[in-house]
Amino acid sequence: MATEQVAGTCVDSHGGAIGMPQLCFDWYSNQIFWLVVTLIVIFLVMSRIALPRIAAVLAERHGAIQGDLDKAEEMKAKAVEAEDAYNKALVDARAQAQAIVAEARAEIQQDLDVAMAKADAEIAAKAAESAVAIKEIRDNAVAAVKEVANDTASEIVKAVMPGAGDAKTIKAAVAARLKG
Amino acid sequence: MATEEGGTQLNIHPMDQFIIKPLFGGGEVGMFTITNATLWLGLAVLAVIALMVFGTRGRAIVPSRSQSIAEVIYGFVYKMVEDIAGKDGLKYFPYIFTLFIFILVANVIGLLPKSFTTTSHIAVTATMAMAVFLAVTIIGFVKNGMSFLGIFWIKAAPLPLRPILALIEVISYFVRPVSHSIRLAGNMMAGHAVIKVFAGFAVVTLISPAAIGAIVAIYALESLVVCIQAYVFAILTCVYLKDALHPHH
Repeated sequence: MATEQVAGTCVDSHGGAIGMPQLCFDWYSNQIFWLVVTLIVIFLVMSRIALPRIAAVLAERHGAIQGDLDKAEEMKAKAVEAEDAYNKALVDARAQAQAIVAEARAEIQQDLDVAMAKADAEIAAKAAESAVAIKEIRDNAVAAVKEVANDTASEIVKAVMPGAGDAKTIKAAVAARLKG
Repeated sequence: MATEEGGTQLNIHPMDQFIIKPLFGGGEVGMFTITNATLWLGLAVLAVIALMVFGTRGRAIVPSRSQSIAEVIYGFVYKMVEDIAGKDGLKYFPYIFTLFIFILVANVIGLLPKSFTTTSHIAVTATMAMAVFLAVTIIGFVKNGMSFLGIFWIKAAPLPLRPILALIEVISYFVRPVSHSIRLAGNMMAGHAVIKVFAGFAVVTLISPAAIGAIVAIYALESLVVCIQAYVFAILTCVYLKDALHPHH
């Protein structure tokens, strides 16, 4: 505290306040002057620099957020579109696969039918051939049996009562017997 | 503070912190003298610029810490003006912002030990309050003409009561700058004086723990009060502005 303080209306000789310094009229002009200077400086700096800058930053942020949201919306739409396309492709592929399967099945069926017919024909031919062979074998067997019967009968007749009957009547008798 | 006076141990001068003195050379305090008030007003300007200009220099989409503080203050005041004074009050937003940020910063740096609290002086707050009062009155008459006087004539009240209400309204209107300024200066002065008184008691060994505890408690309260008073000053300015812009509610 300044020692050579001038005792005034507001400050005593020791530099202490007399009453409330707030009510010291002598200091008002000084305070008001510097306050006005202060407020003008703050106002100019705020209104010229700080406030427009902050407003711009806030607007930019708002815009950026809005832009990002829009972009996200767009991407979402794209994703949905892609999913639809994928599903459609899947359905198409499935249908196509089914068509191919059906076609292949039809082709195989056709081949099978042809092979079957061919096999049937072969089987029929073979069966006919076999039937012919069997008939031949049977005929031969019947002829052989007849011959054996004739021979046996004539031998028996010759042995039982020689001179009785000739070969012709025996054969006729055997034939009549075989028929019966 | 001056403790050179002998005799009693207690030597409390709670009001000495509000004395205005020249920084260079002694003697008279003239209109343009550089005083401690000038110094602390200047520091308030620097602090405001540091926060609002230097702090926002990055202009970042994702703000830094200082930038987000500046943005919060901006958004707070902007919303207050918009909510109370309406959309057409936003034209006056820079003025209200200037008042708010000045009072807030001056109050806060006034809480620093050894500092000088410019807003504890009625000369400072009354100047601002008178500026608001005059500006609001002029805006009221310019925007509404003579129908601005309608704010004194309460149409909602019964006719016989209206003259009495008008008288009360007129008185309250002219008391506005007084209450507006004394509220701020009084809060600042009282808080700082109380802290000083407790600090004076702290030299007595026996009660110094209690005194220091009280300083801490009052300081915490004052930290709240300085912000609230800045807010109150600004919000009242908005309310007065609303009356000027929309006198018929």
